[in-house]
Amino acid sequence: MKKEGVPAFAGTTIPGLAGIAAVAVYSYFFLHAESQAAVLGLVAAAVIGVPVLGRLGWLSRVGASLAQHRAAGRIGIAVALLIVIALFRSEHFAMLMLASVLFYTIACLGLTVQFGYAGVVNFAGAAFFGVGGYTSAVLGAQLPHIAVLVIGGLLAALLGSVLILPILRTRGHYAALITVAFGILFRTFIEVNDALGGPQGLQVKGMNLFGWDLNTPIGEWSFYANYVLVALALAALAFVLVRRLERSWVGLNLDAVRLDETACAVFGIDVARWKILAFTIGNFLAGVAGAAYSMMTGFVAPNSFTFADSLIMVSIILLGGVGSLWGVALAAAIVLVLPEKLQALQEYRFLLYAVLVIIILLARPQGLIPRRARDYFA
Amino acid sequence: MTLLRCHELTVRFGGLVALDRLDLELAAGEILGLIGPNGSGKTTFFNAITGIYRSAAGRATFGEHELTAMSPQRIYGVGITRTFQRSRLALPLSVFDNIMIGNHRLLHHGLAFNLFRRRALRAELEAHVDKARALVATFSKPLAARLFEPVATFSMIDRRRIEICRALVSEPRLLLLDEPSAGMTHEETRELMDDILAARERLPGLAIVIIEHEMNVIERVSQRCAVLNYGRKIAEGTYAEVAAAREVQVAYLGTE
Repeated sequence: MKKEGVPAFAGTTIPGLAGIAAVAVYSYFFLHAESQAAVLGLVAAAVIGVPVLGRLGWLSRVGASLAQHRAAGRIGIAVALLIVIALFRSEHFAMLMLASVLFYTIACLGLTVQFGYAGVVNFAGAAFFGVGGYTSAVLGAQLPHIAVLVIGGLLAALLGSVLILPILRTRGHYAALITVAFGILFRTFIEVNDALGGPQGLQVKGMNLFGWDLNTPIGEWSFYANYVLVALALAALAFVLVRRLERSWVGLNLDAVRLDETACAVFGIDVARWKILAFTIGNFLAGVAGAAYSMMTGFVAPNSFTFADSLIMVSIILLGGVGSLWGVALAAAIVLVLPEKLQALQEYRFLLYAVLVIIILLARPQGLIPRRARDYFA
Repeated sequence: MTLLRCHELTVRFGGLVALDRLDLELAAGEILGLIGPNGSGKTTFFNAITGIYRSAAGRATFGEHELTAMSPQRIYGVGITRTFQRSRLALPLSVFDNIMIGNHRLLHHGLAFNLFRRRALRAELEAHVDKARALVATFSKPLAARLFEPVATFSMIDRRRIEICRALVSEPRLLLLDEPSAGMTHEETRELMDDILAARERLPGLAIVIIEHEMNVIERVSQRCAVLNYGRKIAEGTYAEVAAAREVQVAYLGTE
C-alpha cells in the first residue's frame, strides 16, 4: 500500500531524468535568447523558481533520484549535453561558450583538489592556466598537440613547485597572499618578456589531434563544435580522475589535512606530502585546461591571465560548493555565460561576481550543489 | 616488561617549566592514572611523548625507540595513539572516515594504487569497513549502524566513542586518554569506561595512561596513579596511597 502524498515515481529514475531535462531545456532557451528582456526574464525565472522548487521538495527528490540511479543520471547528462550540442552545432557563440565552460571546469576541478580537498588556497589559478597557454604557443608548432597538452600540465605543475616551500611554511591568509603574489609576478614576467611576445602576446596554432584539424569545420558545423567535443572528453577524464581521487584513501588523507593538521600528525599522516600532491595535481589540471583553451582561442596575452581571472576561478569554486564536482560545472556555466548574455552587465562583470559570491556566502554557504559525505562504493 | 620509560623529561615554554624532570615507568598492559590540578603538566606530558612538543631535556624511550628524537608521525608508527581533551574529530567526515584516519598505518597510500587499482582498493575498503564496524559495535551497536554519516550529526558521547575507536583501530601498544569524561554525565562516563575495558580485552598488552579529574573513574580503572603539580611528580602509587599522601592533599586543597 502506498503512503499518501508519495507519488508513484518516487525512488525511480523519473525525477532525476526530469531534472536533467529541465536544466537542458532551460539552457537551450537561455543560449537561444537574443533580446535582453528575454535573458532577464529567464534569469528572474531561475532566481525565483529554483528556491520555490526547493521549498516544494522537488529539488531534493531530483537529488535523491540521481543519487540512487547514478548510471542513469550520467547517461542522462551525456545525452542532454549531446542534444544541446547538436541543436547549437552551427552557432559560433554558443559553441565557444560551451567549450570555454568545459575548459574552465577542468581548471576549477584542479582548484577543487587543492582548496576543496587539501585546503591549499590558490589565487593564481589563471597563472597556471596561462602556463599551459604559453606552452601551446611556444611548442604548438613543433610537437604533436596531445604531447603539448601534457607538457602544458607538467610545466604548470613544475612552476607550481616553486611555491611549495613557502606554502608549506604558511597557513590561511599568508599562504593565500603568496599565491596572489605569484599570479601577479607571472603576468608581469610575461609582459616584459619579448621572447614570449610581451604585452601583445603570441599566436597559438589551432589544435590538431592525430591529424584531425579542429579548426576545419565538419560540414555546416561551427569549428568550435570540434573543441566542444574535445573539451567534453577532457572534462570527463578530469572528472573521473578527481572523483576517483576523492573516493580513495588519498582523498581521505587530503580531507584530513584540510580539517586538522595536528590530528593528522598524531595519526601518522604526512601533511606536507599530501599538500604537495594536491597542489601539483591541481596545477597540472589547470595547465592542461589552459593549453587546450588557448589552442581554441588562437592567441595568448598577459591580459588573459590576470589576478581578476584567478578570482573568477575562486568564485566558481565558492559558488558551486567547495569540494563539489558537479557544483564546479554548474557554477562555471553561470559565471561565464551570464555576463556574456547580459550585455548591460559586461562592463560590471566583476561587480556581478562579487555580488554573487557574497549572496551565496550569506544565503547558502555550502554552495549551489553542496558536497556530500564520501561514499567510497558509489 | 617496561614499555615506556621517561627519565628527567623536561618541557619548557620560555621561562615556564611545564614538565619538570619527570621520571615515569609504565609496563605493558598496565593502566596508569595521571592526575593533578589544572595546569600541572598532564596534557603537556602527552604532547611531549607524542612528539607535538619538543622536550628541553631528559629522555623518553618506548621499547627501543627514543621518542624525544621522533616526529609525531613516526611515534604513531611505533604504536602510541591518543585522544584529545577537546575532541579533534573531522566533523564533516563520516564515522568510518574518522576511524580510518586512525588506521593510516595499515592502508595503502600509493597514488597509482588508489587511482587505477580500484578492484584491489575496493577489497581493502570492504575489509576495513568490517573491521571498523566490529570495533565500533563493542562501544555502541546503534553507532555501528550509522558508519557513513557525518560525525557532526552525533552526540557528545558518540563522538568520544568515535575518537577512542580512531585511537584503537591501528592496534597500538600504548593508548593515551586525555580526560575521556569531559563534558559527559557520570552514567555516560561509566558506560564509556566499561567499553574501553572491554575493547582492551581484545588487545592483549595494551597499556593505557588516562588523565582524569573524576576520581571515581581513576579509582575504578587504574592500577597505579601518578600525581603531577607544577610539572613535578609529587606522588605515585595505588589510588589509596596517593589519595592519602599529604602533598596531594595540599596540591588539591591547599594549606591552612
